[in-house]
Amino acid sequence: MPEILDQARNQVLEGGVGLDQAGVLAVLNLPDEHLTATLQLAHEVRMRWCGPEVEVEGIVSLKTGGCPEDCHFCSQSGLFTSPVRSVWLDIPSLVKAAKQTAATGATEFCIVAAVRGPDARLMKQMREGVAAIKAEVDIQVAASLGMLTKEQVDELVDMGVHRYNHNLETCRSYFPNVVTTHSWEERWETLRMVRESGMEVCCGGILGLGETVEQRAEFAAQLAELDPHEVPLNFLNPRPGTPLGDRPVVEGKDALRAIAAFRLAMPRTILRYAGGREITLGDLGTRDGLLGGINAVIVGNYLTTLGRSATDDLKLLDDLKMPVKALSATL
Amino acid sequence: MIPMDEAIGMWCDRCGEAATTGTHPGCAAARALEPPRYCAHCRRRMKVQVLPVGWSAVCVEHGELRG
Repeated sequence: MPEILDQARNQVLEGGVGLDQAGVLAVLNLPDEHLTATLQLAHEVRMRWCGPEVEVEGIVSLKTGGCPEDCHFCSQSGLFTSPVRSVWLDIPSLVKAAKQTAATGATEFCIVAAVRGPDARLMKQMREGVAAIKAEVDIQVAASLGMLTKEQVDELVDMGVHRYNHNLETCRSYFPNVVTTHSWEERWETLRMVRESGMEVCCGGILGLGETVEQRAEFAAQLAELDPHEVPLNFLNPRPGTPLGDRPVVEGKDALRAIAAFRLAMPRTILRYAGGREITLGDLGTRDGLLGGINAVIVGNYLTTLGRSATDDLKLLDDLKMPVKALSATL
Repeated sequence: MIPMDEAIGMWCDRCGEAATTGTHPGCAAARALEPPRYCAHCRRRMKVQVLPVGWSAVCVEHGELRG
């Protein structure tokens, strides 16, 4: 057994204290022959500190495309030659999407907009949309609207938005290679305000943007320092027309090692499968990740791409005897 | 609305290039996890809304597709 796994068993599994950056790097550098043991340990950590339940979430794009920012992975930037056009979702369709999400057993519904930050029109659409959902659908509403002002944070709290997603996307040292129109620190500032407001903080990122293994470890450590309620873990799905459109997909074993390493860095967080798992891991790898530290999933489609069917994911959870977290448990 | 089986046209609905130039195997594979982006009849970029269950794609000239 590698020394780092012995250390993690004592420190993380028994003590509930996550690995630091050096420890995460050691896990990420473990050879393939230790992957099964690493995933098993990460699964034990998840079961010990989070339990067997899996939080299920659906997401929807309220405002698609036409974003002024240049996040190099994103097909919704208006600065690239992506085929994604700008489109707004109306309130009845938003409510219908929330109902469809709730019907899967999901407890979370995240409303997402491709913007630098919300303007008055978007905040009005949010206020009306959240009110309409709460009137008709029994589901928790989360939001992801880019960078916020303090007033907008307070307004979202007033609407009843209980969790706010704002991904740091990658580590601080690599961020300028991925985004040039705003800074990592600006994102951090929004996260700080969200935390202070009492909303739950959801913050993760994307692996496979060209970062080194060392930078992957740096990212895990920076997320652990933030200590978010939830960490959505995406794997790059290279989008046509974006600067990262020709990048290779993360190798499956590297993705699984990263899942385990992030769990060992953050034993108590909700670690969610997000975009890209279908092309990175496939069906078998998806199962391995759920047995390697993951304890939440986005079901159904993503913002501009399609996902596995919710039915397939729910059947997998049933096969693995992992109960879907009930709404009552989230309130 | 254009029925799905009538949406086959002159243009690849993923990359927007001529459907007759090659078989677009990469596009066909990718389309399993993507909605169409270009109208197969006129190559216009469509307005696409992805929802948790399903998607819709609208061409201003040829109407709406759903999947």
